Parts: sequence; C-alpha cells; structure tokens
Amino acid sequence: MAAQNIKHALFCAVITLIISYPILGFNLEAQGINVTIVGANATTIMGVFLAALVVFVFQLFRDSIMGKLGNLSSLSSGTHKEPMAENKRVKIESWVLTGIVVLALFWPFFMSRGAVDLATLVLIYIMLALGLNVVVGLAGLLDLGYVAFYAVGAYTFALLSQYLGVSFWFALPIGALLAATFGLVLGFPVLRLRGDYLAIVTLGFGEIIRILLNNWTSLTGGPNGIGGIPDPTLFGMEFGRRVKGEGNTSFHETFNIAYSGEHKVIFLYLIALVLAVITALVIRRFMRMPVGRAWEALREDEIAARSLGLSRTAVKLSAFTIGAFFAGFAGTVFASKQGFISPESFVFLESAIILAIVVLGGMGSQIGVVLAAIAVTILPELAREFSEYRMLIFGAAMVLMMVWRPQGLMPMRRIHIELKKQE
Amino acid sequence: MLVLEDVHTHYGKIEALHGVSVEVKKGEIVSLIGANGAGKTTLLMTVCGNPQASSGRVILEGRDITREPTAQIMRSGIAIVPEGRRIFSGLTVEENLHMGGFFNTKGEIRKSQEHVYELFPRLKERENQRAGTMSGGEQQMLAIGRALMSKPNMIILDEPSLGLAPLVIKQIFEIIGHLREEGITVFLVEQNAHQALNLADRGYVLETGKIRLQDTGKNLLANPDVQNAYLGG
Ligand SMILES: Nc1ncnc2c1ncn2[C@@H]1O[C@H](COP(=O)(O)OP(=O)(O)O)[C@@H](O)[C@H]1O
Ligand SMILES: [Mg+2]
Repeated sequence: MAAQNIKHALFCAVITLIISYPILGFNLEAQGINVTIVGANATTIMGVFLAALVVFVFQLFRDSIMGKLGNLSSLSSGTHKEPMAENKRVKIESWVLTGIVVLALFWPFFMSRGAVDLATLVLIYIMLALGLNVVVGLAGLLDLGYVAFYAVGAYTFALLSQYLGVSFWFALPIGALLAATFGLVLGFPVLRLRGDYLAIVTLGFGEIIRILLNNWTSLTGGPNGIGGIPDPTLFGMEFGRRVKGEGNTSFHETFNIAYSGEHKVIFLYLIALVLAVITALVIRRFMRMPVGRAWEALREDEIAARSLGLSRTAVKLSAFTIGAFFAGFAGTVFASKQGFISPESFVFLESAIILAIVVLGGMGSQIGVVLAAIAVTILPELAREFSEYRMLIFGAAMVLMMVWRPQGLMPMRRIHIELKKQE
Repeated sequence: MLVLEDVHTHYGKIEALHGVSVEVKKGEIVSLIGANGAGKTTLLMTVCGNPQASSGRVILEGRDITREPTAQIMRSGIAIVPEGRRIFSGLTVEENLHMGGFFNTKGEIRKSQEHVYELFPRLKERENQRAGTMSGGEQQMLAIGRALMSKPNMIILDEPSLGLAPLVIKQIFEIIGHLREEGITVFLVEQNAHQALNLADRGYVLETGKIRLQDTGKNLLANPDVQNAYLGG
C-alpha cells in the first residue's frame, strides 16, 4: 500500500516537473529581431520544484486527505440522509426564493454602480443556467452549444434595432421566440444522439453560429460587432441624458429629478431581475406539469419512457425549445446591457461556464443554480487581483467543489445512492 | 388480439427474426420460451415498433401496427414490462406509477394506483421511497404495477423472473395468473420454462429467430424435446 503510494506520488511529481519546467523555467526574450531562450531566475525554478514537492506530498497522503474531505462532505448537511418530504422541501424553497427576490429588489439602491452592473450580469447567468438546467439537469441532454441560443437572442435585438429601429420590449419576445425556433431546428438532427455524441454535435452547432456571425460581415459587422444598441425604456421614458428615440421622453425630466447615470443601471438590473424571476417561475411550472415529468423519465430511462407511450421526439424537442427560449431572453437583456455585441461574447467558454453553473448548483435544483451563478460570476471578479492566475484559481475552486460535493451545492432531491464502504 | 404474421426483424444487416408467426387470443396467457439470444426480446420489441419489422405484419386488435411509431402503439391498450425492469430509479414508487398512467386523467390514475396497491401491498408501504433503493423483487412488482397503470387490455412481460429468488418468482407468477382473471391478456416471455408453461394456456418455443414448436402449455411441458432443452432433462 505505502510502497504503491510512493511510486504513484513520485510519478505525479515527475509529471508536474515535466509539465511546468518547460513552461515556467524558460523565458522567451526578444533581443533586436532575434528571440532567445533564457533560463528563468532561481526563484521561479525553486517554485517549480516546490510545486513538485507539494504534489509529491499530497499524493503520498492522498488517501487520508481525501478521507478527511469526504468526512467534511458528510458533515455538511445530510448528504446521505433521505431528502425531506417533497411538499415540505418545495415550501421551504419557495420561502427562501421569495426572500431572496425581495432582498434583491431593494438592494441596488444602496450599492455602487459597479456592483449593480455585476449583479445584472449574475441575473443574466441565472436566466441562462435556469434554461440550460431544463436541457441538461432535467432532460439529461448534454448540450455544449447552449451559447448559440444566447447569441441568437442578442443578435436578434441588435439587428432589429439597427435595421428596423425596434425597441427592447418588442425585441425581447422576438429574440426569445427566434432562439426557441433555433432550438427546435437543432433538436431534430440530434434526436437520436445521446451522451457524448450529442455533446459533440451541439458543440459544433454553437461554433457554427459563432463563426457565421463572425463571417457574415455584411449583416452582422463580423468581428467588429454591432454597437449602439438602445437601452430599454420605461413606458416611453429613456434613461439617457438626452432623448434619442422619436416620441420618447426622458426619465429624469418627467419626474423632475437630477439626471444620474445610475438610474439606467438600476433599471436594467430590475428588468433582469423581473425576467429572471419569470424564468424561474415558468420553469417551475413546467417541472410540475406532465412535460416536466416526461423530461425526467426520459433522462432516467429512455426505453422505459418510450414503452409508456411517451414520444421521444416531442419530449426532447420541448426541452431544447424551452431551454433555448430563455437563452434568447437572456441574450436580449445582455445586448441591451452591453450596448455593443460581437461574436467574441459567445465563445465556447461561455457555454462551459453556464454548464459549470448548472453542475455546481446541483442538476435540476433552482436555488442551487442561483447560488452557483452568483459564485461563478463573482469569484473571478474577486480574484481579479490575481490577474493571470484568475482562471487557475477558478479551476481549482471547481475541482475542490467537485471533490467536496460531487452532487452540487443544492442537489435536486434525487441524489445518488451510495453503498456504505466496508470498513 | 395480437397476431404476428411471418415477421422478419433486422438489426442493421443482421436478421434476428426469420419469419415468426405468433398469435395471442383475447383472455389467454401465452408463453414464449427460448434460450438466451433466441430473439425473444427482439420479438417483443418488434411488437412495440422498436425496431420495426422489416417484413411481415403485426396486427393488434385487427389494426395493422407494423409501421406505427412506438409512442402510438404503446397508447393502444397494450403495455410492456421490459426486460431488466427499467423502472425510473431516481423517482419515487408513486412517481413511477404516475408515469405509467401518463396519458390518463387524474381520477383514472388515482383509481389504477389504488388497484395496483391492492395487488402489491408492498408498493404501498414503499410509496415515497426512491425506486432504485428497493429490492429486485419489489422493483419487478413496480415495473408490473407501472405497466398496469395505463389500464391495458394486454400486457407483455419480458423475463419477469430474471434474477429473482424462487419465493419472489412464485409471487410474481401468482400475480400474472391473477391478471388473467381480471380479463387482461398476457403474453409472457421466459427462460424459466417450467413455471411459464405451467401457467400458460398455450406456448411457443423460439430457437435462433424461428418458432420451433407450438402447443398447449401442458403438452409442451410433456414434450421430450422441450424437457431436454429447457427443463434440464
Ligand atoms: N440492439 C441490438 N443490435 C444488434 N443486435 C442485437 C441487438 N439486440 C439483440 N441483438 C441480437 O439479436 C439476437 C436476439 O437477441 P434477443 O432478442 O435479445 O434475445 P433474447 O431476448 O431471446 O435473449 C441476438 O443474437 C442478439 O445478439
Ligand atoms: Mg431477452
């Protein structure tokens, strides 16, 4: 046992050296027109060896360390207990959600502009994750191209406003419906696919949309993106210093208050909040309806679901369509918030982040998704001072999280059954 | 009630059923026995339209369902207890049953649920337990209960005794006998030939995709070939 551990630990340490030494141990320096390789300074090399040592020690005592972590997870709220009764759980969840929403309504009036802006982004991610949760968490269809529908929503609004002068409120349902249509269309070819194959095809679809937006320069402006996307209005009142749209009035003049840039930010935040709440409520409703149970049944066992007369086509397409619809919602809000969009906002990393939120939150659970969206959006911001190590820290946090609570922050009541390990 | 006429079924290029003809009459228990890989499951799945027969006809209550989609067939008064049970292990017992009555009204579901609990009091005790945590026998009861939720005229069972203890198997077969008394036609597929033929009005023996023998259950049990091949001599 111990000998095996030492061998394994040694192996891991060597791998660490092999990987990190060439990356960190050499620097490329430009001298005139030539690039030369210079060995890194002593501290860096010391650091590399130290890292290898840390890996060695960790692997050596891996079993006891992981054992402790495992115990931690059983301490932290009854992982192994039967989940509480369904209606009690739903009640508690409803109360908690209501509390959060009330808090969120008043909160921005006391916060800085930057914080409210970030919170709006969190809300957008919540919408996205709630939508993807339908596809991945409930229906069990691994969709890696979800960002495509987000892009469809955003570009629908951007293009409609640029070419037809359509306002936010008109574009919102159009963007969502168009995204839903895309979801439906993508759904057809992937109906027969499952698991890895489905993931790859949806990944491809996401990339196709992005590349299309990037290269259709005449329509979308290509990599330059589309700017000047209007802000939402409140019953024809604009939030800018000067009124841009015909027939609109301005918010601060109507109410006879001093102009403040914060009004707009808070207004956008409130819109995002309302839309996120609507998203959560609608999806909750779906989960209770037969279609929601059909999603779960199909995820649990496709053959059994079909043997009961469920149509695979209808069930899968409904999940894809509804998920895409809310991505379109979020996309429209995003376009309005940014005022400028380009294909760069819709890269695969976005899909990955949204998926991470769903997995972190615990597949299928709404509160979990909300918490995870907050964590995943805020964490990189907090870690900003670590600059280039930001993503590294983010990644490490994810790994730790998965070790600590593989079932997510707040799993839906259905958790895996674990047999007690024999001592 | 159910008729298969010269049915051929393929998996890709490989033919798994080479022209099978079977008939199940209303109110009967018909058993189909055969060794592993004979094509029993394939035959049942062909009835369900997954995969579809490449030639021949499948007729359910006078209606040709050979080319109908699975979802439509399974809503026509026929229910299957699939091989390996295939309950929804993450859902509770009650939720599993409700899935079985997916296309029925709430009132109908409540009534069938009570009926299933009468047949299987054990399921009532476990109502709120997640199905995956139950024993194999209980899961098999749940699979049968779930199939009954749609109030089928005919029920198809694919090796319901697979992997169960003798005592549980006996219980399951008693229930199957009881179903006939309720007027449900039963098409039973088994490797457990002795009990299946004992219970059956008529039986078929399937060998490598072909029907070898067909007779009453009693006669098949007495048939020396069947005894040698399926009843351990
Ligand atoms: N999905 C499948 N794809 C290809 N071949 C299959 C498939 N399912 C079954 N078969 C083949 O069809 C034959 C019959 O299998 P099956 O109907 O499962 O037999 P049984 O249920 O009698 O054990 C076997 O040779 C098996 O290998
Ligand atoms: Mg079989």
